[in-house]
Amino acid sequence: MLLGAPIAAQLACRSHARALPPGTLLETGMTRGHSLVRDGHVPVPQRTRQVGVAIVGGGVAGLACAWELKRRGVTDAVVFELDDVHGGTARGGASAVTSYPWGAHYIVAPQASGEALVPLLAEMGAIESYAADGAPIIDEALRCREPEERVWYLGRWWEGLYLDAGASADDRRQLEQFKHEIDLWSAWRDDRGRRAFAIPRSAATDDPRVTALDKISFAAWLDGKRLTSPRLRWLCDYGCRDDYTLTAATTSAWAGIFYFAARQKGPGAPSQTVVTWPNGNAALVAQLAKSARIETGVTAVSIDDATGRIIAIDRDGPIAVDARKVVVATPAFVANRVVRSRRGQPHGDYGAWVVANVHLNERPIERGRGCPPAWDNVFRDSPSLGYVSATHQRGRDRGPTVWTWYYAFADDDAASVRRKLAGAGHAEWAEVILTDLERAHPDVRDRVASIDVAFWGHGMVRPRVGSCWSDALAARSQPAGNVHFAHTDLSGLALFEEAFDHGLRAAREVAT
Amino acid sequence: MESLSSSPPPSPAPAADTIRATALYLNVFIVAICGLVYELLAGTLGSYLLGDSVTQFSLVIGLYLSAMGVGAWLSRKLDGELARRFVEIELAVAVVGGLSAPVLFLSFGTVVHFQVVLLAFVSAIGVLVGLELPILMRLLEGQLAFKDLISRVLTFDYIGALAASLMFPLVLVPKLGLVRSSLAMGCANAGVALWGTWLLAPQLAKRVVGLRVRAAIVLIVMIAGVVTADYFSTWAEDEMYADPVVYTKQTPYQRIVVTRGKAGFQLFLNGNLQFSSADEYRYHEALVHPVMAAATAYSGPPKQVLILGGGDGLALREVLTYPTVEHVTLVDLDPAMTSLSRHFPALAELNHHSFDDPRVTLVNDDAMVWLDEHPGQYDAIVVDFPDPNNFALGKLFTKLFYRRVRAHLAPAGAAVVQATSPLFARRSYWCIADTMAAAGLAVHPYHVTVPSFGVWGYVLARVQPFDPPTHVPPHLRFLNDEALAGMFEMPADMTHVPVEINQLDNQALVRYYEREWRRWE
Repeated sequence: MLLGAPIAAQLACRSHARALPPGTLLETGMTRGHSLVRDGHVPVPQRTRQVGVAIVGGGVAGLACAWELKRRGVTDAVVFELDDVHGGTARGGASAVTSYPWGAHYIVAPQASGEALVPLLAEMGAIESYAADGAPIIDEALRCREPEERVWYLGRWWEGLYLDAGASADDRRQLEQFKHEIDLWSAWRDDRGRRAFAIPRSAATDDPRVTALDKISFAAWLDGKRLTSPRLRWLCDYGCRDDYTLTAATTSAWAGIFYFAARQKGPGAPSQTVVTWPNGNAALVAQLAKSARIETGVTAVSIDDATGRIIAIDRDGPIAVDARKVVVATPAFVANRVVRSRRGQPHGDYGAWVVANVHLNERPIERGRGCPPAWDNVFRDSPSLGYVSATHQRGRDRGPTVWTWYYAFADDDAASVRRKLAGAGHAEWAEVILTDLERAHPDVRDRVASIDVAFWGHGMVRPRVGSCWSDALAARSQPAGNVHFAHTDLSGLALFEEAFDHGLRAAREVAT
Repeated sequence: MESLSSSPPPSPAPAADTIRATALYLNVFIVAICGLVYELLAGTLGSYLLGDSVTQFSLVIGLYLSAMGVGAWLSRKLDGELARRFVEIELAVAVVGGLSAPVLFLSFGTVVHFQVVLLAFVSAIGVLVGLELPILMRLLEGQLAFKDLISRVLTFDYIGALAASLMFPLVLVPKLGLVRSSLAMGCANAGVALWGTWLLAPQLAKRVVGLRVRAAIVLIVMIAGVVTADYFSTWAEDEMYADPVVYTKQTPYQRIVVTRGKAGFQLFLNGNLQFSSADEYRYHEALVHPVMAAATAYSGPPKQVLILGGGDGLALREVLTYPTVEHVTLVDLDPAMTSLSRHFPALAELNHHSFDDPRVTLVNDDAMVWLDEHPGQYDAIVVDFPDPNNFALGKLFTKLFYRRVRAHLAPAGAAVVQATSPLFARRSYWCIADTMAAAGLAVHPYHVTVPSFGVWGYVLARVQPFDPPTHVPPHLRFLNDEALAGMFEMPADMTHVPVEINQLDNQALVRYYEREWRRWE
């Protein structure tokens, strides 16, 4: 008895730990999209309604378009969203503990007061003051709190994404050379004074000396500069996985350099501050949505660009929507199915993502091994992208929290993603996520309350070699009849700022 | 040993009996050591944890001896199967005595009437130990003449006492610590019990195996206790501190350690000294009275006071000396810390039971988040956090944090911030002062000397520009108007140096602090 009891208790404890935490698989509109849009069947509507401007798609581009139209005095715009929730991949969630992101989770601070994002940020009260050069100073509470990133490697945490510990003299020299190359590009101006790389990219040059970079891979560009240091290459690969769902070998060199150079004001300047909220870019979405009229659960299945008539399916069945102007703010693979004149045209390549929100009752013990908890926590030897802590920015450093875990199917095409996902339900993902977190947090299982998982089948457009500068890409932004287009994939890469830029452009086109 | 036991008894005993008797004397010796060690442990623990060693030792010794008397008196009630009773009593002593120190350590932080638990242990051990000798003597009864029996048993008992009184201060406390010593004595008692099942086998007759198994289990538990005693305190930890560690607790937020030495007791959080009871009055008077004076000068006596940090209740004690104060809200992260301050007798005495004052509202939350989520304005705000030696603390010294403090300050109110040492960590100190200024506060830096800390710095602040205060209440132990005036004069080696502003996205202060204090370690 005396000895039996504790062992039994321990066994009970173990079997309890083995049970996987509960949670849900988030519906991201994929099922509805596949069943209603992909089969190509257009129902005959019994009802008709009139709207001024119909914005199809309630992601960032659509909401930005609605926001800008309101600012321009257009009051009869309606956003139609297929899903039950607006925000697209920038949506967020909330628990009793904290709000958290379901996808995109930061923006880069604008460099000058004239940038399009500044009025939105000002409206949110996110701008503290303006520097002497006019650059907005973002509210301290939103500037990513130090330590921003840490990497788990060889049994401890290291501050920053670049692993400096153990770097050889040659590693360091190569890092300096890489920074120098980025500095050169951040200083570069064309004869009209435009930057080589800027966010959004529409502000940057189309000079062939820059656009030629799109013809080679980022890896080939690095090889050409003899930048072969494994630490540096890991950093570049990680950046490509994180921002593009690709690796350096498949990313366009233009996009690879864009990732680093566009964030930098000038040579030697630090990377622009990362601006974040506990719920990531869902905070921006909420601000945009304030001024928009949004109807969710409405799936546009056909758009006639000559007449501006939309055939849609809402909660009551098929309906015809007649609009003065239509803004199609969906990814191109959807636009090219529903817009009549676009049917069958090629679209870009999209990367798949799994995003999980891990709800923790208590944080795992840190054991004092290296850098303390950061906003972004990355495992060097993992195929995952690590996790972001939703309570970091708020300054709640103890007690329950939510970790948002990211996995990008880097380089994988749709078929191999499907193969990898065959039979993977909630339990399988929960096990994968916990095993990944256990690399650095062996006690994490005991502290997890639940894990919610989202699968983004077409999470983001991928800037593959040759895809960032093409006539086909440029043509996709052109209006067709009364139909205008807005989406981040028109930039060839997925960024809040790009989606926002296209939303504003479409609003300008429609409002005039 | 042979010479002692080989002296011829009136009727010569067989050789086996002689050996058995010798072994039983050895048992007396061990039992005597254990008994005295438990008594010394209880006395030491009582004086460590409750203070006032004369009272504690006197109480423990008196109660223990009288409990032994009770045990001796009860021994006559035990008849039949004396050998079995002896083994069982040894096991009971092993369990109660062996676990006494760990249980007392554990209950200290959580049990309000710790003294009752302590004295209950002392009584229980006393009664059991009081049973031991009479029963042993009765076991040896038939073998010796009464005069020989009593002389030998008492001889070994008193020699054991001497051995224990030498071992305790020279070996046990310094080498094993209190918890391990207690468990080690438990091992010895359990060992005697197990050995006794063989030694007394002829008298035990039947059911020996069951007794043996029980003895073995107790022995294993005690050995396991010795091995895992690190849970309570570690040798390494004991060596970190100059004075004996009397309390340790690993909370989710920090490691709390209390030590007690000649000069009083000290509180450490994560290894950093928070105060020493000998001179904390200098630190806390200098922290609280200038800000109260500054607030009084501009807005009349403060009514609403906010304390951020200060879970030891000592700043609170000073604030509560003002009868004009109507309400104090104290926000401290760690419930274990505030509970300790409230229930740890020595600490509760030092802070004048300030947490029990009806004017006080205690909140256990992170101050950064609490300020953001709770409106309200205060006439005086006291910010008393541990030094910014990590990022979690560093955020409580940022411009964002001071902006939130400013927003909670009544228009004519005043705030004070403990700001590390302007001498040992000059950049850190000025980084705090400049950051407060950058948050829109008018500031006056000042400093004081606290022997345990050295030169220590604070920053006094208001929303509007102001003059440093000139009057503090009379009859304080350290602070008077002359000392107050001197505190605002900065000597040349502590004057301003250019520094970065500490913000959430640079945490400049943590980096300054780390660099500066490393030089002194």
